[in-house]
Amino acid sequence: MFAKKTIDDDTWDDLEDALISADFGPDLTDAIVAELRAKVARYNTTDPADLQRMLREGIEERLVRFDTTLKLSERPAVVLVVGVNGVGKTTTIGKFARFLRGYGRTVVVGAADTFRAAAVEQLATWAERAGAEIVRPQQQGQDPASVAFQTIERAKAQGIEIVIIDTAGRLQTKGGLMDELTKIRRVIEKQATIAEVLLVLDATTGQNGLAQAEAFVQHAGVTGLVLTKLDGSAKGGFVLSVQERTGIPIKLVGQGEQIGDLTGFTPHVFAQQLVG
Amino acid sequence: MATFGTLSDRLSDTFRNLRTKGRLSASDVDGTVREIRRALLDADVALDVVKEFTGKVRERALGDEVNKALNPAQQVVQIVNEELVEILGGQQRRLEFAKKPPTVIMLAGLQGAGKTTLAGKLAKWLKKDGHTPMLVAADLQRPNAVTQLQVVGQQAGVEVYAPEPGNGVGNPVKVAKDAIKEAERRQFDTVIVDTAGRLGVDAELMKQAGDIRKAVDPDEVLFVIDAMIGQDAVATAKAFQAGVDFTGVVLSKLDGDARGGAALSVASVTGRPIIFASTGEGLDDFEPFHPDRMASRILDLGDILTLIEQAQEAFDEDEARKVAEKFATDTFTLDDFLGQMQQLRNMGSIKKMMGMLPGAGGMKQQLENFDEREIVRTEAIIQSMTKAERVNPKLLNGSRRLRIARGSGMTVTDVNQLVTRFEQAAKMMKTVAKGGMPNVPGMGPIPGAGFSGGRGKQQAKKKGSKSGNPAKRAAENAAIASGAKSTTDAAASGGSGFGIGGAKGSAPAAPSAEEMAALQRFMR
Repeated sequence: MFAKKTIDDDTWDDLEDALISADFGPDLTDAIVAELRAKVARYNTTDPADLQRMLREGIEERLVRFDTTLKLSERPAVVLVVGVNGVGKTTTIGKFARFLRGYGRTVVVGAADTFRAAAVEQLATWAERAGAEIVRPQQQGQDPASVAFQTIERAKAQGIEIVIIDTAGRLQTKGGLMDELTKIRRVIEKQATIAEVLLVLDATTGQNGLAQAEAFVQHAGVTGLVLTKLDGSAKGGFVLSVQERTGIPIKLVGQGEQIGDLTGFTPHVFAQQLVG
Repeated sequence: MATFGTLSDRLSDTFRNLRTKGRLSASDVDGTVREIRRALLDADVALDVVKEFTGKVRERALGDEVNKALNPAQQVVQIVNEELVEILGGQQRRLEFAKKPPTVIMLAGLQGAGKTTLAGKLAKWLKKDGHTPMLVAADLQRPNAVTQLQVVGQQAGVEVYAPEPGNGVGNPVKVAKDAIKEAERRQFDTVIVDTAGRLGVDAELMKQAGDIRKAVDPDEVLFVIDAMIGQDAVATAKAFQAGVDFTGVVLSKLDGDARGGAALSVASVTGRPIIFASTGEGLDDFEPFHPDRMASRILDLGDILTLIEQAQEAFDEDEARKVAEKFATDTFTLDDFLGQMQQLRNMGSIKKMMGMLPGAGGMKQQLENFDEREIVRTEAIIQSMTKAERVNPKLLNGSRRLRIARGSGMTVTDVNQLVTRFEQAAKMMKTVAKGGMPNVPGMGPIPGAGFSGGRGKQQAKKKGSKSGNPAKRAAENAAIASGAKSTTDAAASGGSGFGIGGAKGSAPAAPSAEEMAALQRFMR
């Protein structure tokens, strides 16, 4: 698309196709294309390379409007991890615990996913790999809020700096489960202020990501997004709409199944990957 | 996205301007196609698939079937739906079992698509059908996937073959291979192989999946895909088709609110049928895939198709024809009217029916005002009449009316009102059935307007709303011109004066707001 000599009608069509294929969604695509058309007209350029640069800058601009740093200054700093089923919450927690251990922080994880089969064991394996403590439910199907409560209690008693709470995956349409999340939040807040609520989003998700984000923001008070599975062929363009609609920044990016495959979010790099 | 309303609403908007024109022009159709394109993209259907699809729809929408339809918007939605169902369900089929057991079913898909959960559901489902399934833990990658499968297997009450502990230890190809021997030895008739999640771009893991496939020679390879997946569905599906050549697709997490356009993309790009839908976290939340429901879901059509079906079922075509004849020959009696009303009741609660319409949200208040018992009362009045009175309402003098009122527990005023309304309507229907334009009160629908078309009008409750709809006039004229066919078409337009015949005729249309309003007016 950008290899051609001049910008013509095909370029615009190709651009639109490319944005839609990257899951930007029809609305944002229209907005971006209109913006670029205006810019191209203003600068009177016909060079596709300029267009590519403008696109990259435009996306970067949209991304840097929000502060992407994690705020973990309280002690203990409580991080609640939420999301729909199968987006990679537990894996992200494992990687995140390791990430924090890398900075010499002590970490305890709370296995509050008491619903899915073997979720506790899965988290335990990750905790062991990351060198973090784990608080398990005392019995099968225990109230997740109580597990979260006990985890923070443990952190306070042992002076552990960072608490990460895993929750069961839930589809945003399940009212009862979303209320459970609100309850977990409420119970945690009795013990400590919540530093971050991270919503994990799968990069392969399409426009439904928006509905997910809106529901979780409403019920769990999300403060940051984690985009996982970016090592695949999906570009995850929908997060731009999510960011714009909810005003919540992307804070972490997951790019593989290994424990080191988690990085902070850099708008510049992300825009580069999206546009090329 | 809900903020843009449903596709049918949007299409109605697009078509609203068409009431002044008799035909659809190419540019009208282009506008419609643009809306469809957007709706599909919002539903995450892959771009290439959308392009091809809209091309087809455009072609058909420019054809005669739309132009001749009384309600072009509905007709276009119908076309879109038909095309969708064709792609989704052209090759609908069931699981294939091997002639010589064990039948081997292999599951493959991205991480987090829901393979392990599905393995449990499938096993339970097969067990219920009298099979003896065995689960094989060949996901040795994800921490404790093996444990998860064991738990799931226990819940489903089936055997789990898990020789390796997993967490990166063991060779999945070997496990899968051994599992088949084990199944033969212990006489399990189906083997379900759960594999690790892998990305389409991960060449090494794709090769491993291919190796597992070769090792177990499965009868079915099911590709499990998340209903929430976006444009990447195509790339992923293609990669998996190249890597493991799946034979069928399972759509998971359909209990969410994703519109699931991926189903369309995958079915269209790979030509592989969608066999199952997975709709929840419980082991029983699993069902064979219904292409038609999925089509409505992608289009965000609400339950309109169910509604159309119900309407079609409830209205006996012969009955409608007879009624139309009676209109034309002025022999429509209160008995026929009673019959029509009972047909309407057969469709179930009117409020519920209205609720199925995607655009019905705005009509809530009117729905609240509609008293379903009104029909029952009217029925009572008619049933309190003698046969002779029903055939010839002119017989009804003061004392007869008093008797009827007492018999039905209503007042004489109610009886008078019913008779007046019936006479007016019968007169109007006669005019319509003969092809003229009615100009009497109680005029019903404007077929071209769709569901949300004329809301303003019905609130105004003006007598004789402007029915100068050329599309309708043209259709009626055509019906008369074609002679023999005229009764059926007249039934379509004639019956709808009572708000009950609207679902008949060439374009199956749901009873519209106006029709309901007309009915309501009539009843009072």
